[in-house]
Amino acid sequence: MNWNSTAEFFAMGGYGLYVWGSYAMALACMAIEPVLAMQRHRAARRALVDEGSAP
Amino acid sequence: MSSSSFRFFTFAAPARFYGLAGALIPWCWAAFAGLAAAGLYIGFFVAPTDATQGESYRIIFIHVPAAWMSMLLYLVMAFWAAIGWAFNARLASMTARAIAPTGAMFTFLALWTGALWGKPTWGTWWVWDARLTSELILLFLYAGFLSLVSAIDDPRRADRAGALLAIVGSINVPIIYFSVKWWNTLHQGATISVSAAPKMASTMLTAMLLMTLAFWAYAFAVVFTRTRAIVLERDRHASWTRESARPASTSAAAGIRT
Repeated sequence: MNWNSTAEFFAMGGYGLYVWGSYAMALACMAIEPVLAMQRHRAARRALVDEGSAP
Repeated sequence: MSSSSFRFFTFAAPARFYGLAGALIPWCWAAFAGLAAAGLYIGFFVAPTDATQGESYRIIFIHVPAAWMSMLLYLVMAFWAAIGWAFNARLASMTARAIAPTGAMFTFLALWTGALWGKPTWGTWWVWDARLTSELILLFLYAGFLSLVSAIDDPRRADRAGALLAIVGSINVPIIYFSVKWWNTLHQGATISVSAAPKMASTMLTAMLLMTLAFWAYAFAVVFTRTRAIVLERDRHASWTRESARPASTSAAAGIRT
């Protein structure tokens, strides 16, 4: 185990800003991108349902 | 050839892909969650502190996998775009389009994490050296591909124009990869190579490879989702998509998973 306390873990030996700045951006991008892809899929399905209900 | 068999050959591949990809997506997400959890655990709690860089090196566990994915996805995108062009295969062109945003996202992540690693290590966020500049050009190539295919209304013409851009742009990928050998750059050399033993602790390497596999699973899940969306958008007037979008009872009969 590398860390003696939670504070030490978040401090990352003084590099907290750089390490967590990297991981936070990765988390944000990899959370938003799948949501956008799923929304696009749902919108495409909805367009088909609307069209299918038309004559 | 009768018109009904023509329709079969035209739409069978996207229809079959749609169902198969839909069934695979949850497994891709499960693999991503498991691999990322294992990779992050080893990366933060098992891998030791680096002797020269301290804790800042832990950025490597997302920086290198993101950079690898950015290059790999570009080549995969160019490959499917070329197949779609050469063999008039619509699903291949749709796959190429679905890969581009994910590739661009990983390119951006590689640049972002690189900047945050460069500041404490080199004392600068950015430097116009060969590795960083060629990776930035990769981001522009993804952006160029996406704007080009969305700017042309006829989907098949857009696919062909995009394919040309993707194929020509793929020359940039070996330039990125070998840039640290061909030029004097601030960026360090290849992290692992086939010809030499790894220059890092095996736990560090394990964490990095697990994160790479996790990013692969992520890319499959997102690209499958986006390809399914593009298939529906593109095949709006094909009979099978209308079946799949009907209320539950009929879509279950059609065998298409939502």
